[in-house]
Amino acid sequence: MRERVRWTAADSVPERAEVLSLQGMPPGAGVPPRIAALHDAALAAYLEAAEPRAIVGEISREEFAEVYRGAGRNAAATPLEAVFPRADRLALFTATVGRGLTERIRDLFERNEPALAAMLDSVASAAADRLATLLGPRYLAMAGDAGANGARVLAYSPGYCGWHVSGQRALFAFLEPGEIGVTLNPSCLMEPLKSVSGVLVAGPAGIHRFAPAFPFCAECREKPCRERIAALSGS
Amino acid sequence: MNILSEIGESLQRGEDDRVGALVRQALEQRCEPHRILNEGLIAGMDVVGEQFRLREIFLPDVLLAARAMYTGLDLLRPLLARDGVPTAGRVVLGSVHGDLHDIGKNLVSIMLKGAGFDVMDLGNDVPAERFVDAAREHGASVIGLSALLTTTMPVMKEVVELVRARGLAGRVRVIVGGAPVSEAWAREIGADAHGYDAANAVERVRALVAARG
Ligand code: B1M
Repeated sequence: MRERVRWTAADSVPERAEVLSLQGMPPGAGVPPRIAALHDAALAAYLEAAEPRAIVGEISREEFAEVYRGAGRNAAATPLEAVFPRADRLALFTATVGRGLTERIRDLFERNEPALAAMLDSVASAAADRLATLLGPRYLAMAGDAGANGARVLAYSPGYCGWHVSGQRALFAFLEPGEIGVTLNPSCLMEPLKSVSGVLVAGPAGIHRFAPAFPFCAECREKPCRERIAALSGS
Repeated sequence: MNILSEIGESLQRGEDDRVGALVRQALEQRCEPHRILNEGLIAGMDVVGEQFRLREIFLPDVLLAARAMYTGLDLLRPLLARDGVPTAGRVVLGSVHGDLHDIGKNLVSIMLKGAGFDVMDLGNDVPAERFVDAAREHGASVIGLSALLTTTMPVMKEVVELVRARGLAGRVRVIVGGAPVSEAWAREIGADAHGYDAANAVERVRALVAARG
């Protein structure tokens, strides 16, 4: 199974709190009117320029083991190597909010609108991240499984949790996401910039649980895995 | 309140039109451009930088203030050039080869300009030689390098090595920064400093320029 997904810009709009946290504002901090207005202006610019889309391609566990190995630069032990062999199904994905946003952000900087440029950057970043989350239920639906058996989908990305960022090369070679306009440069940077890639892992909630006590966890600033694991028991 | 303090306070509130009007008024009152810059705009931006460091205000406020700073600076720039007023120092800045992200680098650039530095922004995807050529050509004392991914960090090492190979070590200092970049990495590659955020980058660049004398 391989499918191209399109969303409306409105579908991909992130929560304001998420955007403001990328602007360094702690959760619960009061939002002064001038910052709320800036956020609203950035949102309007996002809705004009965003073209969110993705490509999802299923992959067997054996094939994924090969992709995951990549160029052999992963950490010695990683959570994903214990998660994916227990999955019901796996799919590679690439998602983007489009090229127009990068240009819009650059243009705003050049026109001396740094506050709006940076706010739009944060909106676009949070939106790109959101696409990976939106793909979860979408993937279950594509696979004809509404998650009735308690299956959950979580996305794991190269560059996180010991999966070396160079792993994007093998991922791109398998998925070939060029048709949605996403390319990979020699440094493993995706263009357009506001893009994400990874593997969707579908299976019982339990397979996704791990203790964040790997050596690389000490350097991780955000520890997003904790929230993701906590949300598994909540839903 | 004197007009220079008024400029600083308006800048802190991000009132760009008002800052423009006050700078014009100060010029009409024959206030010297370098005083408007240092005691009005830069003094205001220093307060903003300090409030940001203490987490009393956040990035959007800093950037609204920066926009106001630029409004004032645009009016002063030709006059400062005419009077031959020296800047706080010249910095060549960019995201390294293979790296297309520039938001972090842009923020560093804004804060450095706010602190009175002359910043030559080379943009993103900048090869090692261009940094060093630009520093030599324009007499910059600091090269600032930004990277988003671990895969682009090795270019920072190339720049440091090239600075040495061209005999510029000591005269040209290198500061590195970006999400995956650490103090330890800076030491490992022989860079002169690491900046963990834009405000810290200003402090570190100031120290590098001061150390150079
Ligand atoms: C000259 O002196 C100096 C001094 C200071 C300097 C300096 C120079 N340059 C910067 N600074 C410093 O000052 C600036 C202002 O305070 C700061 O600049 P920054 O650019 O760091 O900060 C920006 C203003 C705001 N910060 C950011 O925009 C980055 C924040 C984090 C959370 C992040 C985000 C938001 C995003 N990302 Co991603 N992302 C992460 C980041 C983790 C983190 N905590 O930083 C990082 C950078 N990402 C990472 C990864 C892996 C990825 N991301 C990806 C995607 C994304 C989003 C699209 C969702 C979004 C956009 C990023 C963007 N910049 O456009 C992918 C790549 C995208 C691509 N185009 O190829 C992808 C590869 C994931 C994937 N497979 O999909 C990691 C890199 C790890 C590595 N090994 O290289 C990462 C560190 C997260 C992690 N694992 O912890 C300082 O670093």
